[in-house]
Amino acid sequence: MALLRVEAHTRLGDFDLALDVEVGAGACLALAGPSGAGKTTTLRVAAGLIRPDRGNVTCGDEVWLDTERGVNLPPERRRCGYVFQDYALFGHLRAWQNVAYPLRGIPRAQRRRTAHELLERFGLASRADAHPRTLSGGERQRVALARALAREPRALLLDEPLSALDTRTRTSAGRELAAILREAAVPTLLVTHDFAEAALFGDEVGVIDGGRVVQRGTPSELAMAPASAFVADFTGAVVLIGEARPGPDGLTVVNLDAAEATVLSTDQGHGRVAVSVFPWEIALLPAGSDPVGSAQNRLAAEVVSVTVVGNRVRVGLDAGQPITAEVTQAGVEGLALAPGVKVAASWKAAATRLAEA
Amino acid sequence: MSGSRGFRALLVAALGAVLVFLTVPIVGVFVNVPPGELLASLAQEGALEALLLSLQTTALALVIILVVGTPAAYLLATRSFRGRSVAVTLVELPLVLPPAVAGIALLAALGPEGILGGLLIDAGVQLVFQTAGVVVALVFVASPFYIRQAQAAFASIDPTLLAASRTLGAGEGRTFLAVAIPTARAGLLSGMALAWGRALGEFGATLIFAGSFQGITQTAPLAILARFGIDFTGALALSAVLVALSATILLSVKLLAGSPAFGGVAAR
Repeated sequence: MALLRVEAHTRLGDFDLALDVEVGAGACLALAGPSGAGKTTTLRVAAGLIRPDRGNVTCGDEVWLDTERGVNLPPERRRCGYVFQDYALFGHLRAWQNVAYPLRGIPRAQRRRTAHELLERFGLASRADAHPRTLSGGERQRVALARALAREPRALLLDEPLSALDTRTRTSAGRELAAILREAAVPTLLVTHDFAEAALFGDEVGVIDGGRVVQRGTPSELAMAPASAFVADFTGAVVLIGEARPGPDGLTVVNLDAAEATVLSTDQGHGRVAVSVFPWEIALLPAGSDPVGSAQNRLAAEVVSVTVVGNRVRVGLDAGQPITAEVTQAGVEGLALAPGVKVAASWKAAATRLAEA
Repeated sequence: MSGSRGFRALLVAALGAVLVFLTVPIVGVFVNVPPGELLASLAQEGALEALLLSLQTTALALVIILVVGTPAAYLLATRSFRGRSVAVTLVELPLVLPPAVAGIALLAALGPEGILGGLLIDAGVQLVFQTAGVVVALVFVASPFYIRQAQAAFASIDPTLLAASRTLGAGEGRTFLAVAIPTARAGLLSGMALAWGRALGEFGATLIFAGSFQGITQTAPLAILARFGIDFTGALALSAVLVALSATILLSVKLLAGSPAFGGVAAR
């Protein structure tokens, strides 16, 4: 089975990229991390657009790069489909001509037919003669994808596939792309700065920071058991830093920094830890009200900001360390939330995860 | 309010002055002598010959400039290498050289007594006082106009497009021909127009390096000079044709560059 393996060691700005990832056939690994973490560089190394100081790229039984043995195939000899962040469509060619560009060595009529068939599969049959500048963002993305697939690549590389789209088309384009990726039987390496996007596409997500994969797992594994404060923060959780010690009933007690407060967790931990909890697991109660249950955490906090998002309310809080809570409108009706109001933030010990700080 | 109106009037007046100053001489070329007389003087011996020679030599020079200059400009635009800025300066040097100096320099290099003259004679190549010499002079003075423009056009291509072409299975050669050139087309065409215009008007370097022999090296501008003292109407007639020719080149390039069919962007 075809397997894509990318190992790269190279200087990147002010840190070293040191990566070794592999993706199985038909699987999608989403590398997720902040900008400048080395995500795009990894794709460019795989495609042969950058030569790392030291590295290895293999796809199935083909060696694309082996710096030790002096092997370095040029991009055109690596059969990989690369979808660039801004899609990089050729402006002087029509949509079908863009798709036909990688089709070489076959009769013209057949090239045309193959390109049209691909466009039809992506629902773009009627736009085949359009020039890229007259296509919408979503259409451009699909033309770029069709073009990348036209070469029947042995691996797919996708750079922030949704970032050039407006928020309206992003959801539908994301769903379609996820379906296409499931269909494609080749290993796919996708990079994104957005954890939700990574979770949507990736069978597995590798969180990348400072040129290294800091944790790799299924999206839910990362969310449920983040290995570090960085990963927890990246998955969208609230992260609090403190000092852990064993507590009663097998629970762990964490003394939070910069707050006269402790929280309980069902996770094990000791020393410096990152406490993480998802914003939607936090309930807001009137200040000074009684704890609801024994395994319940409770922090006195002051409201800093209130943002209404649909039928939910995102509340920024200061509890010595910043906290964000996401609650329903109904759940906070009696609280009269406004900056300066004092409340209590509460969540279960079981929803409290501990990770390396 | 009145201040800004005054300023606008100033801008309009400046543009008006520019337009009048630049177009009145050209209008003069056409209206000074009745059209019938202009046409008749074109029929004179040597006039059409000079025009034809101008067209032939500039076309040949342009082909040479395009074939050699385009890849050279691509290299300058897309790679960084040691000595690149020196190379760029050397390419631009003929731009600031007075044409007469260019002619003398060509003689000193390629003339019978020039530093490469011996080599050329051994190879059986004769340039001085020959049509080939005209082409050499034209290439020398006109190529920097094209190469500079082409270099800028190639440099402004989004490098991702070139990378995309490579990942789609095209080697560097095909990427250059199928992506870089069409993408840079508008810039290349305007460089072509500049170089062609410069070549059509070339005068000093050609006169010194190739001379002014009717039918061999006497291009239209040289024929105008030859006529100027003895047959002003004839000189005017040739000038009128040159003006028309230059305007046609400029206009057709603008249309081509602006046409979406040629990769141009109409709005820009």
